[in-house]
Amino acid sequence: DTTFRSYSDDPRAVNVDLQTDATLQVDISDALSERDKVKFTVHTKSTLPNFKQNEFSVVRQHEEFIWLHDSFVENEDYAGYIIPPAPPRPDFDASREKLQKLGEGEGSMTKEEFTKMKQELEAEYLAIFKKTVAMHEVFLCRVAAHPVLRKDLNFHVFLEYNQDLSVRGKNKKEKLEDFFKNVVKSADGVLVAGVKDVDDFFEHEKTFLLEYHNRVKDASAKSDRMIRSHKNAADDINRIASSLYTLGTQDSTDLCKFFLKVSELFEKTRKIEARVAADEDLKLADLLKYYLRESQAAKDLLYRRSRALVDYENANKALDKARAKNRDVLQAETSQQLCCHKFEKISESAKQELIDFKTRRVAAFRKNLVELAELELKHAKGNLQLLQSCLGILKGNT
Amino acid sequence: MFPQHRNVVVAQTQTFCVISLESNPQTSSEPASLPAEDISTNSNGPKQDSLFDDDPEDLFAEATEEVSLDSPERDVLLSDGPSPAITPITPPTSVITPCIGHAHDDMFTHSSFDEIEEEEGGDSFDMHISVSDPEKVGDGMNAYMAYKVTTKTSMSLFKRNEFSVKRRFSDFLGLHSKLASKYLHIGYIVPPAPEKSIVGMTKVKVGKEDQSSNEFVEKRRSALERYLMRTVKHPVLLKDPDVLQFLESSDLPRAVSTQALSSAGLLRMVNKAADAVNKMTIKMNESDAWFEEKQQHFENLDVQLRKLHASVESLVCHRKELSVNTAQFAKSAAMLGNSEDHTALSRALSQLAEVEEKIDQLHQDQANADFYLFSELLGDYVRLITAVKGVFDHRMKTWQKWQDSQMLLQKKREAEAKLQFTNKPDKLQQAKDEIKELEGKVQQGERDFEQISKTIRKEVSRFEKERVKDFKTIIIKYLESLVQTQQQLIKYWEAFLPEAKAIS
Repeated sequence: DTTFRSYSDDPRAVNVDLQTDATLQVDISDALSERDKVKFTVHTKSTLPNFKQNEFSVVRQHEEFIWLHDSFVENEDYAGYIIPPAPPRPDFDASREKLQKLGEGEGSMTKEEFTKMKQELEAEYLAIFKKTVAMHEVFLCRVAAHPVLRKDLNFHVFLEYNQDLSVRGKNKKEKLEDFFKNVVKSADGVLVAGVKDVDDFFEHEKTFLLEYHNRVKDASAKSDRMIRSHKNAADDINRIASSLYTLGTQDSTDLCKFFLKVSELFEKTRKIEARVAADEDLKLADLLKYYLRESQAAKDLLYRRSRALVDYENANKALDKARAKNRDVLQAETSQQLCCHKFEKISESAKQELIDFKTRRVAAFRKNLVELAELELKHAKGNLQLLQSCLGILKGNT
Repeated sequence: MFPQHRNVVVAQTQTFCVISLESNPQTSSEPASLPAEDISTNSNGPKQDSLFDDDPEDLFAEATEEVSLDSPERDVLLSDGPSPAITPITPPTSVITPCIGHAHDDMFTHSSFDEIEEEEGGDSFDMHISVSDPEKVGDGMNAYMAYKVTTKTSMSLFKRNEFSVKRRFSDFLGLHSKLASKYLHIGYIVPPAPEKSIVGMTKVKVGKEDQSSNEFVEKRRSALERYLMRTVKHPVLLKDPDVLQFLESSDLPRAVSTQALSSAGLLRMVNKAADAVNKMTIKMNESDAWFEEKQQHFENLDVQLRKLHASVESLVCHRKELSVNTAQFAKSAAMLGNSEDHTALSRALSQLAEVEEKIDQLHQDQANADFYLFSELLGDYVRLITAVKGVFDHRMKTWQKWQDSQMLLQKKREAEAKLQFTNKPDKLQQAKDEIKELEGKVQQGERDFEQISKTIRKEVSRFEKERVKDFKTIIIKYLESLVQTQQQLIKYWEAFLPEAKAIS
């Protein structure tokens, strides 16, 4: 039984073309937020013979996702694929701090104010929570959808092994090693990017990805700022609504009903404004963030191919030298053949991966831009109705 | 505290209730003002209802000249000179003791005042003042902005139906200063003038032709216009010759004492401090619950309006930020569209950039509406309420003066009684003379107190009516601006949607 879920208001799988088939379906069916960790319940449905059962669940934490991702990156066999980007670490620190501050300041505000703020902070916490669940899920779905990665053994262990994987986070030394690896890579990356590719397709992709990645980064940052201003404005409208309410209850003139009506109006419109900001966050900001990470993964692929090319060229040079000196020729030949084979394999799969990347990207942007426009329209119309109906009442009474 | 999450999928739907009603255009009608009598150049005092007619001319002629160059809130208690208060005829049911409220309520509730005013007939209020065409005059630190003040009216109070004059900011301050000195201490709520801004004006003087100094000039222009309209809407102030001169005469003597750092300015500051101390030490036996209630009401209103004002100012700020950030995002989206190599997606992204650019302008316009309609309304009323509170304070001072006279009279009577038993006919006569004088003062003090109390009741009623009207009119205008913004948003997104769908 095929299940194609519709994700209209659901933050999940925002950016993935969800053509899962019955052979392997993965989702996060549940999630629990504790003190300082989030526990995801990874639920699998599969007809593949590799698994003991057809349906099963395990509990995983963020570090285990990272372990899985890193194992893909380090696997030479997967050098020719775009490794699905790792989900970002769940970050509730800011939200948690706000909730804590609220708890401490409980005595200094009225019961209504406290309840209202608590509800809002909890909603914020919930929104962040849903997003992190979505991002972890998208990672798994991308892996499950990939013809080669879905067969990975580590992936199966991740899905099925119902004990803790005992994967600890990287310690300081390992983090430092990673850092240096990245430094070397980017230095290399610059060198390698400089070498003009013989293949037009890859040359174009390289130029395209370098520029695209930078621009997506910029757009992502700018969209975040825009959305934050939007949230701030919605918060102001909230305070205005409360003040108007107090004025309404205090006033002895005609204005009291007037103020109460306007206060009620602003209460409703600010909820819509908050929704607008939240939807823009989901459909626009998250989309851009995701393609920031994917375009980085695509760049990494190009880098790996370039490295393989460099290795191949070096192997050629070594072979020529060996032949000239007539020493270790066989060894050089084998080495050269291996490099050649590796390079060609990467090039072939990379080409397909990059084409798929484009297809996925276009589909995701289309879906999200359409949904963004539809939601903006829905909210603007909602606001308009509220405003017009309130105006009608206010004008009718004066 | 931390939400437990059993099932992540949450359906979110919202339904909106639709009520459509006819919208009625707001008609503005002002209450009838006092009759437009001939204003002779001699009398420049406030004309009361003819019911309380008297001859204030001489008193006033002197007082105005003295007072206009001084600080507007000159403490009446400081001098024993001519008191600019009018001596009203004591109403039939007056009482000597401070228990006044009651009796007056029967005869002089504010509704009956309105009837009296309307009976007088005359023009209904029909006047529109605009402040426009800010023009920089001069250079450097002596430069100033000149504004064109245009009055359009059909009232017989004025010689012409339409006329303009050029005024500078200090002229407005000078006008306010004169009105305040004449009317505040007898209970009239004189609208405060717009605030000075040394920083703002310096920028303009120095010649910075940038957006912030343009905004400053526009803010000031708008504030000056509102100030004048509020002033002329006051039936008593409208008739004041200083107001008429301000609006009509092409030459106006320069108001020097309004400069912040002048000696008059310093005197103002000293007097304000003295006032504050005095206020703290006056303990008035308030026998009239109305006054206590109203004072409390204005106190509460002050607190709430300030709070609301602060929130609206914050909204203006964030809305401006939103506009800026939206513009930046638009540029960024355009760049992204340029580098996107899928043609249809590239085009859609460019269109998204265009939509966002239009929206940033929308946010800018909305921020202006937030400010000029909502925020400035609140700011104006916060300042107005300060004037209202000042008027209540003046009543307290008037009471205090009366009480002081009474106590002094008491002392003098006791002294006279003692003198009766001595053989000093000269001193006795002197004492008797002094007592007679003091008796007059006490009577005057009581009349002043009753007058100011009556004036305040009327003023507060008029003020509240205006407040209700102002808030209703302006908030409705503000909501209409919000409607417009949403309508535009709908237009923009509706145009974009097919573009997004066209991506293939």
